[in-house]
Amino acid sequence: MQSKGILIENMRKRYGSGDTAVDALKDVNMQVNPGEVVGLIGPSGSGKSTLLKCLGAVIEPSAGTMTLGGEIIYQDGWIIKDLRALRRDKIGFVFQAPYLIPFLDVTDNVALLPMLAGYSNIESRKRAVELLEALDVAHRASAMPSQLSGGEQQRVSIARALVNRPPVILADEPTAPLDSERALAVIRILNQMAGQFDTAIIVVTHDEKIIPTFKRIYHIRDGRTDEEAGEGRPFE
Amino acid sequence: MISLAGRDVVHAWGKFVFTGVGLGLLIGVTLTMAGVYRGMVDDARVLLNNSSADLWVVQKDTLGPYAEASSLNDDVYRSILGMRGVARAANVTYLTMQVRQGSRDVRAMVVGIVTGEPGAPANLVAGRQITRSHYEAVADVASGFKLGQQIRIRRNDYHVVGLTRRMVSSGGDPMVFIPLKDAQEAQFLKDNDAIINQRNRTSINPAFNQQSVLNAVLDSQTSNPYVNAVLVQIRPGFSAEDVAQPIRQWKRLQVYTRVQMEEILVAKLIATSSRQIAMFLVILAIVSAAIVAFIIYTLTMGKIREIAVLKLIGTRNSTIASMIMQQAVGLGVIGFFVGKVAATLWAPMFPKYVLLLPGDALRGLMITAIICVLASILAIRAALKVDPAEAIGG
Repeated sequence: MQSKGILIENMRKRYGSGDTAVDALKDVNMQVNPGEVVGLIGPSGSGKSTLLKCLGAVIEPSAGTMTLGGEIIYQDGWIIKDLRALRRDKIGFVFQAPYLIPFLDVTDNVALLPMLAGYSNIESRKRAVELLEALDVAHRASAMPSQLSGGEQQRVSIARALVNRPPVILADEPTAPLDSERALAVIRILNQMAGQFDTAIIVVTHDEKIIPTFKRIYHIRDGRTDEEAGEGRPFE
Repeated sequence: MISLAGRDVVHAWGKFVFTGVGLGLLIGVTLTMAGVYRGMVDDARVLLNNSSADLWVVQKDTLGPYAEASSLNDDVYRSILGMRGVARAANVTYLTMQVRQGSRDVRAMVVGIVTGEPGAPANLVAGRQITRSHYEAVADVASGFKLGQQIRIRRNDYHVVGLTRRMVSSGGDPMVFIPLKDAQEAQFLKDNDAIINQRNRTSINPAFNQQSVLNAVLDSQTSNPYVNAVLVQIRPGFSAEDVAQPIRQWKRLQVYTRVQMEEILVAKLIATSSRQIAMFLVILAIVSAAIVAFIIYTLTMGKIREIAVLKLIGTRNSTIASMIMQQAVGLGVIGFFVGKVAATLWAPMFPKYVLLLPGDALRGLMITAIICVLASILAIRAALKVDPAEAIGG
């Protein structure tokens, strides 16, 4: 089965071997379609972070299949060998803290990714400015990260995640440091961007404020995922 | 592509500049140490140049007037003047001693010369040459003496009539030129009590029971017919060795050519000092490398999260390594220029001549760059070990 978003089938991850082996992921199945934002929730130690690292091509799963943007990238082993290029071109990351590069201004923080992908400086900055305008932070384009508010920083980090038009964005607790109003604003932006750029977005969260906004939620418990329908509550 | 290193330096310029200044002062010390060595070598060459001599005739089996005690009869120069190929020959004495001016003492090399002959200062920066047979002096400006001042050498006062520049001994002491006869006297001049005591001792010696013998002995005890060297200028068309060889053979004296004398001064006299300085330079290079390594390592460790993010979003390891290396080299370049300026500013304040050569500066820049590159390896290793997963929580 092909998916333009992200499709995970029977993913497993085992740490160690023999008597000390730990199965962090036992049977993970997920599908997130382009333009969709889903929540991934679960208690501490349930395997959320391991799953996120596997999806982010940071660690290698032990088994299963992962299809990204219609291309199988993992099938009991990495199909694509250049994981650095894979992360750069096909996966966007939004972190709990924005983790912007402190010595680059807002435009260059966003433009860095297309530059790394080989685009010219002019083209990269053009892409960055377009996204900053879409996220309503273009007026801070020349500011340094330390001069931005928390909400502005998070919007810039979303712009950075989107700038290479990846088929999937992994958002790790993106609203944790924000108050309710700003947290909902971030989720609204993620939904808008998912629709606008046809991107599948997985939001790992504990945040009770935003969980009701998801239409679909994956619960992860003891290394296994269960899908359930969310409330899909409006953002405002 | 954006210069990540450049942006980081501009962003944290204060940290870089202050660190660079600190490193620069250390590099300044290193360049100055090299300058001290160059100054010693140059002083030796200037000493030889200013003597206007082609050959140094000294006591047999000695290394000459600058390195060892050498004693020749002061009439030897006459017979040397008669040798083939000799244009001019003159006696000189060298004596390092304290010279008093008013209430202050100056360590100086007192040179006994015959005005207009080899050994006399060729160029003055002020005043005139010595024209009287006694009690006039020409001093180097490094002594601090001024025209018209009275200086005291042993028991006699000398009037400073001329000033020279860069006329110093191989040990860096400024030279004071006085008439040869005065210098010969000064070499063995005793105080009055010592002279009276010696006369009494000689007078009661039964070996000198005839008055004429006693008078001759007493005369010899209060005069000094010796000089330290004879400086020789050779006629055009003669090689130094052609003239030196007959003097060695027939006069049974040691003769050094210009090349040999330079070898003695540079290779023998300052050999230990140069090894000492070389050791300092090695230690300073190691300390500089350790400081750069520590600073770059600390700066890199302060950016672990950013490096993890950079790696997660697809930055090549080579880009990250290049960023760290460029910063290390940038720090070295800042340090080098601060060090060069500092060394240039403080070099004239040193009591001994410090010669800062452009070639040494260029070598210093290259060595600094190499040290910085090597010093950044530790930080690069640490950065490349950073797991991109560190950017993802949990």
